[in-house]
Amino acid sequence: MTAPLLHAADLKVTLGPPGAGVAVIAGLDFSLEAGRTLGVVGESGCGKSMTALAIMGLLPRPHAVGGALRFNGTDVLTLPAEGHRRLRGAQMAMIFQEPMTALNPVVTVGRQIAEMLEVHRATPPDQAARQAVALLERVGIADAGRRATAFPHQLSGGMRQRVMIAMAIACKPALLIADEPTTALDVSVQAQILDLLLELQRDEGMAMVFISHNLGVVSEMADDILVMYSGRAVEYGPAQAVLRAPRHPYTAGLIATLPDIGRRQAVLPVIPGNVVNPRRRPAGCAFAGRCAQAGADCAAAVPMLTPVAAGHAAACLRVRPAA
Amino acid sequence: MGRFLSFRLLGAAVVLLAKSFVIFALIGLMPGDPIDLMINANPETTPEQMAHLRAIYGVDQSIWLRYVHWLTDALGGDFGFSRIQHRPVLDIVIPALGNTLILTGVAFVISTVLAITLGTLAALRRGSWVDRTINLFAFAGISVPSFWLGLLFIYVFAVKLGWLPAGGMPRPEQGWRGMAAHLALPVATLVIVEVGGLTRYARSAMIEVLGQDFIRTARAKGLTNQRMLLRHALRNALIPVLTLIALQLGGLFSGAALTEAMFAWRGMGRLILEAILGNDYNLALVCLLFVTATILLANILADIAYTWLDPRISLGGRRK
Repeated sequence: MTAPLLHAADLKVTLGPPGAGVAVIAGLDFSLEAGRTLGVVGESGCGKSMTALAIMGLLPRPHAVGGALRFNGTDVLTLPAEGHRRLRGAQMAMIFQEPMTALNPVVTVGRQIAEMLEVHRATPPDQAARQAVALLERVGIADAGRRATAFPHQLSGGMRQRVMIAMAIACKPALLIADEPTTALDVSVQAQILDLLLELQRDEGMAMVFISHNLGVVSEMADDILVMYSGRAVEYGPAQAVLRAPRHPYTAGLIATLPDIGRRQAVLPVIPGNVVNPRRRPAGCAFAGRCAQAGADCAAAVPMLTPVAAGHAAACLRVRPAA
Repeated sequence: MGRFLSFRLLGAAVVLLAKSFVIFALIGLMPGDPIDLMINANPETTPEQMAHLRAIYGVDQSIWLRYVHWLTDALGGDFGFSRIQHRPVLDIVIPALGNTLILTGVAFVISTVLAITLGTLAALRRGSWVDRTINLFAFAGISVPSFWLGLLFIYVFAVKLGWLPAGGMPRPEQGWRGMAAHLALPVATLVIVEVGGLTRYARSAMIEVLGQDFIRTARAKGLTNQRMLLRHALRNALIPVLTLIALQLGGLFSGAALTEAMFAWRGMGRLILEAILGNDYNLALVCLLFVTATILLANILADIAYTWLDPRISLGGRRK
C-alpha cells in the first residue's frame, strides 16, 4: 500500500499562550488517500475547522501543536513557514464558508484568480488573466470574459463561491479543503456547488477534506467519514458503514436529527445539551453528559477509538470490538 | 462622473457665495472700522473729515449695499486693495498661497507616508515592542503643543547648534539648499504634531483589515506576506484613512498659523492673522474665501479618490 496523501497521527492543537491554552484538538488520527474524500462532521466548536487550518498552516497565533501531520510524506507541523506557504495554493487549497467576505472587495475576481498562477507558476500577468477566464468557464460561470472584470459585490453568493473554487483549483492542487462551502448559500445553489465539487474532483483527481456540520451533505460527498466531538474522533469509517450502522451514540444522534422530507413531526429530534467547553473537558468521555447510554464507567477515562468492523472504528465503551 | 462633478461644483459655488456673505457680514459687524484705525493714527482729524473719509470708503452705506458692490466687483475679477499693504489683494494672496503650499505640502506628504508606514508596522507587530514604541511616539506627538516644539527646535538647532536658520524665507539665490534649510524646522514641527493621530488611525484600520476573511484567503492562497500586505491589506485599509487625509488636505491651504508665525514663514496662516488684526477686510475676506474654496475642492477630490480605491462606491448613486 502506498503512503496516504494526508495522514494525521495523534494530532494535537492548543490555542492561546503557553500555560493558558485551550486544547481544541486533543489527539486525532485519520488518513486520506489521493483522489478520495474525507468528510469531517461535528457540531460548532468540535475542532473541524481547526483541523483544516492546521493542515494549511493557518492556525491563529499563539498556538502549540503536537503529534504528526504528514502531507505527501512531509510533516507540515514542523515545516518552516516559507515551505508551508509554497505548499498553500499550489498543492493544497482551501475554500471557506463565507463567499461574501472571503474575496477581496476592491480587486476584480479575475485578478484574484490570476494571482495564484503568477505567484506559484510565475505565469506572466496577461497569460494568467486569460487562464483565469478559462478557470471561470471551468467552474460554470457564463460570460466568463466579462465576469472576470467584475468586483465581488457585483456577483451573487453562488457565483462568488464558484470564484473561490476556481481560485482553489487554479494550480491543480492534490488536496482541496472545503470548510462548510455551501452553508451560507441558498439550498438550490448548494446542490449546484456540491455537484461542481464532485465533478472537479473526478476530473482533476484531487483529494478532498469536506467539512460540514450537516451529515446529509457529507453523505453525498464523502468516501470516509470522521465524526468529531470536542477535539477528538468519536467515529471513523467508510461513509456507507458509518451512515447505515453508526456505532457511537453521538453519530446515531446526528443521523436521527436529520429531518425526513414529507414527514411532519411535532418536535424535531435533537441531541439534548450543549457541546462541552474545551476548557472544562471531563476526564472521561466528553459526550457522556449528553448520552442516554452513559454510565459511571464513562467518566473514568477517555474511550479509545476501537475497531468495530473492517476500517470502521468508534470511541465508546458501549460498542463491542470487532471479533 | 460628469454629472457628479457639475453637481458638486455647483454646490461648491453656492457654499462659497453664502460663505462670502457671512464673512463679509461678520467683518462688518466687528467693532471699529478702518476709519477708526486711521483716526487713532492721526488724533487731529475733524468730524467733517471723518464723515468725508467714511463716504469715500463707502463704510457709511448699509452692509447689504456694500456687499452687493463688493460682489459685483469680485465677479468681475476685482477683489480690491489691501488697506495695510496698499496693493491689489490677489498680488498678496497668491505668493502667500504658494509659500504655504510648499510648507504644508511637504509636511503633508512626509506625515502621510510616515503615518501609513508606522501604522502598518505597528499593526503587523501588534503588542510587540515595535508597536509599543510607535504608540509612545504617536501619543507624544499628539500631546506636544506645536508652539513649544517649534521654540525648542529654534533654541536647539538654530541658537545652540547653529545648524539651521531660525526662520524666515530663503532668498532665491540660495537655491534648493536654502529652501531645504529653511523648511527643515517648520516641516519637522508640523510632521511631529500631525503624524501621531494619523498613525493611530492607520494602525487601527490596518488591524481591522488584517482580521478580515479575505486576508485569511490571501494567506490560504500561499501569497507572500509582502504581496498580501501591498495588494490586499493596504488598499482596503486606506479607505477609512482617506477620510482623515481629506480633512487634512483642507488644512494644507489655510496654512498653519502658529508654525508660520513662529518661523516667520510668509504663508496664508500668517497673512490671515495679520489681515484680521489689521482690520484689512478686503484681504481677510479673500484669504478666507480661498481657504473655503480649496477645502471644498479637496473634498470633491477625496470623493473621487474613494471611488478609485473602493469599487463598491459609485458616484451619482447609480450602479455601473
